[in-house]
Amino acid sequence: MKILVCISHVPDTTSKINFTENDSKFDTNGVQFVINPFDEFALTRAMWFKEKQGATVTVVNVGTITSEPTLRKALAIGADNAIRVNTEATDGFAVAKELAEVVKNGGYDLILAGRESIDYNGEMVPGMLATILDYNFVNACIQLDIDGDKATVSREIDGGKEVLTSNLPLIIAGQKGLVEEKDLRIPNMRGIMMARKKPLTVVEPINSTPATSIVSFEKQAAKSACKIVDADNVEELISLLHNEAKVI
Amino acid sequence: MSVLVFAETSEGKFKKSNFEATSYGKKVAEQLGTNIVVLTINSSEPTQLYKYGAEKVLNVLNDNLKTFNAKVYADVIKQAAEKESAQVIIVDSSANGLYLAPIVAVDLNAGYASNVVALPSSVSPFTIKRKTFSNKAFNNTQITTEIKVIGLAKNSYGLHENEVSGTLEEFSPSLIESTLISQSVEQTTGKVTIADADIVVSGGRGLKGPENWGIIEDLAAVLGAATACSKPVSDLGWRPHSEHVGQTGKPVAANLYIAIGISGAIQHLAGVNSSKVKVVINTDPEAPFFKAADYGIVGDAFEVVPKLIEKLKEFKANNA
Repeated sequence: MKILVCISHVPDTTSKINFTENDSKFDTNGVQFVINPFDEFALTRAMWFKEKQGATVTVVNVGTITSEPTLRKALAIGADNAIRVNTEATDGFAVAKELAEVVKNGGYDLILAGRESIDYNGEMVPGMLATILDYNFVNACIQLDIDGDKATVSREIDGGKEVLTSNLPLIIAGQKGLVEEKDLRIPNMRGIMMARKKPLTVVEPINSTPATSIVSFEKQAAKSACKIVDADNVEELISLLHNEAKVI
Repeated sequence: MSVLVFAETSEGKFKKSNFEATSYGKKVAEQLGTNIVVLTINSSEPTQLYKYGAEKVLNVLNDNLKTFNAKVYADVIKQAAEKESAQVIIVDSSANGLYLAPIVAVDLNAGYASNVVALPSSVSPFTIKRKTFSNKAFNNTQITTEIKVIGLAKNSYGLHENEVSGTLEEFSPSLIESTLISQSVEQTTGKVTIADADIVVSGGRGLKGPENWGIIEDLAAVLGAATACSKPVSDLGWRPHSEHVGQTGKPVAANLYIAIGISGAIQHLAGVNSSKVKVVINTDPEAPFFKAADYGIVGDAFEVVPKLIEKLKEFKANNA
């Protein structure tokens, strides 16, 4: 089985979010970039298939040279090889079109991605990729098993879950549950040494036209201070929620 | 030209988010100087949408669409969009809405903006405000394609009544085949879900163990709220993963979020930032959640929450 895992290169969760150039660009100054947490679930599940059922795992990122350390980290975790599509990821539709080229050229049986990236939170690339390729697609995936060319997949729905079956090839947008957070892999020294020798191929983009563009950013408005209510006076909290906040 | 809203049904009925999307769609149609059409599938109450401004409702009645299939539903939306020459297509942020919107966008070669929190600030160029960086910021996005798909974030626009005398039309699209087969659906019944709840009551490690969850459930019951938990609680197996709210768990965009015994790690706050009013009850006055909350009580949950339940019951009885 050939597995492709789509990796986003995102600011670490704890990063301070600032903007530059008249609030038109994200300020990467001092920001640590990591593998998108949702993609880590996908990568870990891919490693499980590799180890238990046999598979080759390729990781792919659409991004500039700055995302290569993130791809190397995925290689250190155990992916066999990496592909970087050499263009800035600006718009989800354009990224999906670039990834579709990689899939067409690689002939993958299973494509795993995270449900969304924690920077732009678009939640669109896996579904768009599947539609461009006319592959089956399951969003918000919380369980995935493969038997031969058949997949059994669970997805989270509002207030429950749905179990589906599909033949391969298949595209999955995964989240917690695909693997547990405690099972996520951390690269060890051997993995880091081996990752240096694994192939990282840079391919040129097809330069598809973006469908959207971000013109500016805004920070959340500053919050007023928390009103502290005495623990012996819960009636006051009820009164504030009723009369001031008007939520009960 | 028109604005098309997709209003999903659950057993024939609408949810609040459908009325919110319709309210929003009506306003966008006004901004564009055009009309609004709402597409719904197997609705038993399609005319309810008139109240929120739906001038025309297309209702698809087809037993083969009783089970949701994103690709098939997306194709139905595409056919409706083509029939109505829709320029803007609006979906809500239900699990199914988030699933099918990117498919619709590709099917119609449309730019898609998800997590939208406000009306377009301009319709030419079409510019729209979205949540970004896990709710820490917003971005203003221009959609440059002729057809635009908008994913409206939950509880971001609200319900706006705008009664019209609408028209109802039965719509019979052709259905494509799908090889993605639904085997079973497990739905928790009788409980308010986090996604649909106006109020969410959430517990953290401060509750000390799953045996103490009764106070969370009792508080939720008196408020008609959904229950949730922090990540360590679901990792410890005290509560199911489906209740975990936070960056890699469920996002909560409730009117009121009550966090009990949760310190407020940045990953947790990322998941609850979109809630309008946040209340924190925690023994540690230095807990980061106090910086993010609107109201707080420094105190022991085991003493504060039972008192709160008792007083809320009195309040509800007096305000019934």
